[in-house]
Amino acid sequence: MSGPRRLDWDEGSPERLYVLTGGRSGSTAREPLDLVTLIVSRSAPDPGLQPEHAAIVRMCEYPLSVAEISAYLALPASVVMVLLSDLLSQRRVEARPPIPAASLPDAVLLEAVMHGLRKL
Amino acid sequence: MDYASSDPGNVPGPRPQDTLPETASTAVKIVIVGGFGVGKTTMVGSVSEIRPLTTEETMTRAGEGIDLVTGIEDKTETTVAMDFGRISLNERLVLYLFGTPGQERFWFLWNGLFDGALGAVVLVDTRRLEVSFDVIGRLEERGMPFVVAVNAFPGAPRHDLDELRQALDLPDWVPMVDCDARSRASSRDVLLELTSYLHAMTLADAERR
Repeated sequence: MSGPRRLDWDEGSPERLYVLTGGRSGSTAREPLDLVTLIVSRSAPDPGLQPEHAAIVRMCEYPLSVAEISAYLALPASVVMVLLSDLLSQRRVEARPPIPAASLPDAVLLEAVMHGLRKL
Repeated sequence: MDYASSDPGNVPGPRPQDTLPETASTAVKIVIVGGFGVGKTTMVGSVSEIRPLTTEETMTRAGEGIDLVTGIEDKTETTVAMDFGRISLNERLVLYLFGTPGQERFWFLWNGLFDGALGAVVLVDTRRLEVSFDVIGRLEERGMPFVVAVNAFPGAPRHDLDELRQALDLPDWVPMVDCDARSRASSRDVLLELTSYLHAMTLADAERR
């Protein structure tokens, strides 16, 4: 297992994305964001929000993963993570983080996964 | 049907039938890794409850213009697309499946992807074993548990799994299965093989303590 760093993706971002994110290259959220962190809006977007921020708040009325937000916005996940850190610090959205990485997943969790897969 | 994200008249976001319930609280992920054209996206699509979506990352060195790699005009900037799908396992737990290219030059994607992943499926094309060989070595280095699934391409020569295991220099405890990535049941069984393997490892680990 590698260490807990999850935001290394920014290293290759092009300049236009640098502008979009206001030059920040990492998330300032307390919990590091993962591709499968679920994001839910706390309220409807207000008119003063930057369009990308507003789009995220609007689409996260129901829980959506960081990866899905990235896909729907057609923006790299690393950029979405920076935008989300703004929204998290403004408490406009909440994050439901995945279960912390362990060397081996929990047996009860795996049983739930297997149970769900068998129903497919 | 149009992709919700590409319809200019719509605000971006999931179609109503693609939203998760408000109760969804935890997500887990499994990574499907293999060479180009091996069937990663097919497998994701077979079991996903949503049409596979694409998330992109950019890298700033020269890429080679093959398959899935869309070089933007600037030579030093390459976009790598990762397709992914979703399975709601119950009202609270959601599984995401990510397909990622196995070639070494894409390993920069792996840090964010594999951290916290339950495990990996190495999807093997018997006609191009070298990619799988590198991937398996890399996963072993990371300590990431995996199973090997051999995608049966129509008309491709059938290989004996024991011979393949030798060719891939795969330890005998790593599960190997034949599969048809186009089939929902077959792809589900590959995921079950992985989760059962992880479950057995977890129980064995608990017993040792």
